[in-house]
Amino acid sequence: MSTKTIATQRASMNIPTGRLAVWWLLMSEIVIFGGVLVSYLMHRLAHKEWAEQAAYTNTWAGAFNTFVLLTSSLSAVLAHQAASRGNGKRAANLLYLTVLGGLVFLTVKAFEWTHEIQEGFTIQSGGFWSYYYTAAGVHAVHVIAGMLVMLWVANSAKKNEDLHRVENVGIYWHFVDIVWIFLFPLLYIAK
Amino acid sequence: MTDHAHAEAHGAGHAPHAEPNWFLKYFWSTDHKIIALQYMFTGMLMALIGGFMAYVFRMQIAYPGMNVPFFGHVSPDAYNALITNHGSIMIFWVAMPVLLAGFGNFLIPLMCGCDDMVFPRLNRLSYQVFLLSAIILLASLFVPGGGFGGAWTAYPPLSSTAKYNLTPMGSSMWVLAVALEFAAFLMGGINFIVTAMNARAPGMKAFDVPLVVWMIVVASLLFMASVGPLIAGAVMLLMDQNLGTGFYNPDRGGDPILWQHLFWFFGHPEVYVVLLPAMGIVAEIMTVFARKKMFAYKTVIYTVIATGVLSFFVWAHHQFVAGIDPRMANVFTVTTVLISIPIAEMCFLYIATLYGGSIRFTTPMLWALAFMAEFLIGGVTGIYLGASGADIFFHDTYFVVAHFHYTFYPIAIIGTIAGLTFWFPKMFGRYMNETWGKIHFWGTIIPFNFIFIPMFWLGLSGEHRRIYDYTNFPDLAVPWMQQLRIVSTVSLVVMLLFQFIFIWNFIYSMWKGKRAGNNPWNANTLEWTTTSPPPHGNWPVADMPIVYRGPYEYAAPGRETDFWPQNEKG
Amino acid sequence: MILSLPSLSTFSGDIDGLVTLVSWLVGVWFFATQIMFFWLLWRFRARDGVKSQYITGKEPHLKRWINIPHTLILVCDVVIIIAAVRVWMKVKQTLPPPDDTIRVVGQQWTWTFQHSGTDGVLDTSDDVWTSDTLHVAEGKTYHFLLESKDVLHSFFVPVFRLKQDAIPGRTITGWFKATKTGEYDILCAEICGIGHGIMGGRIKIESPEQHVAWVQQHSVVADAGATMPSDSSAAVSAGATH
Ligand code: HEA
Ligand code: HEA
Ligand code: CUA
Ligand SMILES: [Cu+2]
Repeated sequence: MSTKTIATQRASMNIPTGRLAVWWLLMSEIVIFGGVLVSYLMHRLAHKEWAEQAAYTNTWAGAFNTFVLLTSSLSAVLAHQAASRGNGKRAANLLYLTVLGGLVFLTVKAFEWTHEIQEGFTIQSGGFWSYYYTAAGVHAVHVIAGMLVMLWVANSAKKNEDLHRVENVGIYWHFVDIVWIFLFPLLYIAK
Repeated sequence: MTDHAHAEAHGAGHAPHAEPNWFLKYFWSTDHKIIALQYMFTGMLMALIGGFMAYVFRMQIAYPGMNVPFFGHVSPDAYNALITNHGSIMIFWVAMPVLLAGFGNFLIPLMCGCDDMVFPRLNRLSYQVFLLSAIILLASLFVPGGGFGGAWTAYPPLSSTAKYNLTPMGSSMWVLAVALEFAAFLMGGINFIVTAMNARAPGMKAFDVPLVVWMIVVASLLFMASVGPLIAGAVMLLMDQNLGTGFYNPDRGGDPILWQHLFWFFGHPEVYVVLLPAMGIVAEIMTVFARKKMFAYKTVIYTVIATGVLSFFVWAHHQFVAGIDPRMANVFTVTTVLISIPIAEMCFLYIATLYGGSIRFTTPMLWALAFMAEFLIGGVTGIYLGASGADIFFHDTYFVVAHFHYTFYPIAIIGTIAGLTFWFPKMFGRYMNETWGKIHFWGTIIPFNFIFIPMFWLGLSGEHRRIYDYTNFPDLAVPWMQQLRIVSTVSLVVMLLFQFIFIWNFIYSMWKGKRAGNNPWNANTLEWTTTSPPPHGNWPVADMPIVYRGPYEYAAPGRETDFWPQNEKG
Repeated sequence: MILSLPSLSTFSGDIDGLVTLVSWLVGVWFFATQIMFFWLLWRFRARDGVKSQYITGKEPHLKRWINIPHTLILVCDVVIIIAAVRVWMKVKQTLPPPDDTIRVVGQQWTWTFQHSGTDGVLDTSDDVWTSDTLHVAEGKTYHFLLESKDVLHSFFVPVFRLKQDAIPGRTITGWFKATKTGEYDILCAEICGIGHGIMGGRIKIESPEQHVAWVQQHSVVADAGATMPSDSSAAVSAGATH
């Protein structure tokens, strides 16, 4: 399709179409994570013994990752600022920095999981561990998806194209970040 | 692109696009109208498969142990797989794609006066994922062990444990197919909502939007806000099946009831997800053929929203006797019975719309009216089930089966055919045959009631669901009950035979029907202001519609004609 | 009694009464709505020279026709809710003191029943296990302990209007009291796999004398009074026959 769709350029609600779509996407994501977390919480409250299993998670690794994600959200905000000033190059570089944050997050995660699995705590080791790997795993999939989209957006931002997408992918990244802020205390701190 | 198409494009001077080849045009298009037809035709094909399954298992119920023509002997596991996949197909691969995705795709851009969905490529992807899910579902019927037979509700531990369901592959493929279908509709839903919110024609305010668009958007919202937990639940179910986790396994600290909550938290809003588009279609048709303004248009929208909000608080009425805390039942019986308030209001406003009309009984109108009359039966029988004390008896009897076929059938079959016959001229530029249409109508509606009325009766006599041979139960094997089962099955066969008339009429009219102009029904909404069928882009770029008024200005005082298109100046 | 189905428990009459009440309350509205609908269709059919009217739905004299019925329906709803909750509380939320207790165990694809035997106490050595047939005495209040060994099942006795799902890993307690003698179906109302379609049983409601006689005939007379704290689930599987 070479010609642009008229529908995409309209804004009857005075909100850019892309941003509106991201908000709705997040709404459906919130209920997905909401489903996992509410299920987990109900079971956690009903099973006191899960606390013992939770004692084996590495709180420091989790805390470090929280810090990494928050920092990467900051660079996403800065990227948005740069994009709104029309500085596509700087926006792209800041997005690459954000992707790097995601990469660090995943690396820490990979070490954590390897260690835990070597200790014998696999996804089959009990109710807590099943939820631990599932919730964090679904979150990690979102991190990876966010990184891929960010690379794609950065690529066009570099050429000063589609700069509005920088903000949209940033909103998404903040969401991924916020989900982690719920997961961290629930999976690592509550013992 | 082929050389041939290239040469043609060249010959046409400086045509903006080359005429795409056949495959690109019908299978790789981003045009919302083509995608709508893809959804519709896939859905109708699935309806035939789901209908065939109903035929096979109804024959087995009526004549246990017989060799069913075109199928053969129905074993107990085949029976379970048939009903499970019949239910799943009819809801997820017929009602959803045809009503929500098919009509949603076709109508939203046309009725909002824009050239396409806001994200055309996402739209195409949505259909492709949907098609993949349908293929996986159908393939699951032929894998070793057979298709999944744990009912469309897929309650664990039966669904999660291979040693109980004996269909390890079939059940995983079923869950995967359902999860993919949800993903497809999430993509579609975002498109519908954002298009209707943001891409309306200049001048079109929220309360100038036709009801069917409102209802499809609210339905998409309900879907997106309720399906998330079940997507998570489906992932957990897949992991229980294949990775050895124990989310739903009581021996390992899990809880089988958790799935029921996740399923019905989605499942109940889901019934309104399919109800609302059908209600919307009926609103368009009734106003056009009664030549009437919608009675209290805004109130209808408020009732739709009220229904949507309430629908999130009724789910446990499917679980009254499932072992939940009995005190919870009291809360849910209140919310459930109260949902009759917005829905009764909605039905009354529709009926009031007929008052003072000049009613023309064309085929689409007959279907729309039949929807009202039949849906009321399904609606009021829902109250019997919502009364918790009575549901102790009714739960999982054929009374429930009759209840939901009296809702689903009017929605997925009657409402759909109403919409198809009404917008057929816009889709293909030709009329369907009226005489054959009316024969098909009566040939469907009369047998339909003879299929499902006996089921209320049987349910009241204690007949329970999902049983392949009632002669195993002395109290249910009595002759008069078996005769009622036969009445139901024979009526089904009669009804199915009449469907060939519809299929023939549909296909024949696509190419040979009488030509229809832009606005064959003298309707007001924007889709009737462009050519039939509309071109790619719907209107010339320089001539996109501008809206001056609401969609139902029929018989406005002081005008020559009894209709007043939304885009007409003055 | 609902159509042809006998009403044989102390609460089946309440449930039937609730169904009748709902039938009246929604039935009146259902028929009123349908009659109105078809009358309007006939009255306002297209006729030559008669144009349709322009009505917005804000006209008070027409809105009345919606609002008054609507308020009345709300009243009907309240009546239905109160009646439903009362029946529900009686059947599911109260547990009258038992005269006797039985255990009902569902498994793919059979019902196993554990009767308390001559001493009237469950989980003692004189218990009587049966598969597929439950023996109860008329006029006695029973508690049942419902369990499942594998998947969900649902204990359904149509003549009692009684239904309760059985869940693996839990024991659910309920009650019933039969009012007449006879022999009827017990069904499994929750899909439980390939054999769901054959998973049934019979309930034999006997007069108290008959019932005592049956129990005495089948109860293994153990040393008098010595209750054995037996592992119930092992006992049931030993007693289950296929
Ligand atoms: C689109 C489909 C659809 C729709 C619209 C509905 C609508 C309703 N349903 Fe139904 N239902 C299903 C599809 C649907 N249902 C399915 C598929 C199942 C079974 C799933 C399974 O187990 O496989 C089911 C099962 C089901 C149950 C569980 C039964 C059981 O398994 O034990 C209950 C219980 O409350 C229920 C209630 C209702 C109610 C109260 C409504 C209400 O929305 C109806 C409201 C409408 C009216 C009331 C009519 C209009 C009003 C009047 C004419 C005025 C007069 C009314 C009064 C005085 C109250 N339904
Ligand atoms: C939209 C939903 C829908 C529809 C339309 C139907 C249609 C039919 N259903 Fe189905 N049914 C379900 C949803 C639906 N069903 C569900 C959810 C279950 C529960 C499953 C479970 O227990 O797990 C169920 C279960 C169920 C049972 C209970 C089985 C059991 O418990 O043992 C029975 C029994 O008779 C039955 C019968 C029928 C019949 C005879 C039809 C007939 O009306 C079918 C007639 C077929 C057609 C009319 C198709 C013809 C096609 C065309 C004309 C092409 C054009 C297409 C379009 C216009 C869309 N169904
Ligand atoms: Cu046990 Cu069905
Ligand atoms: Cu429901």
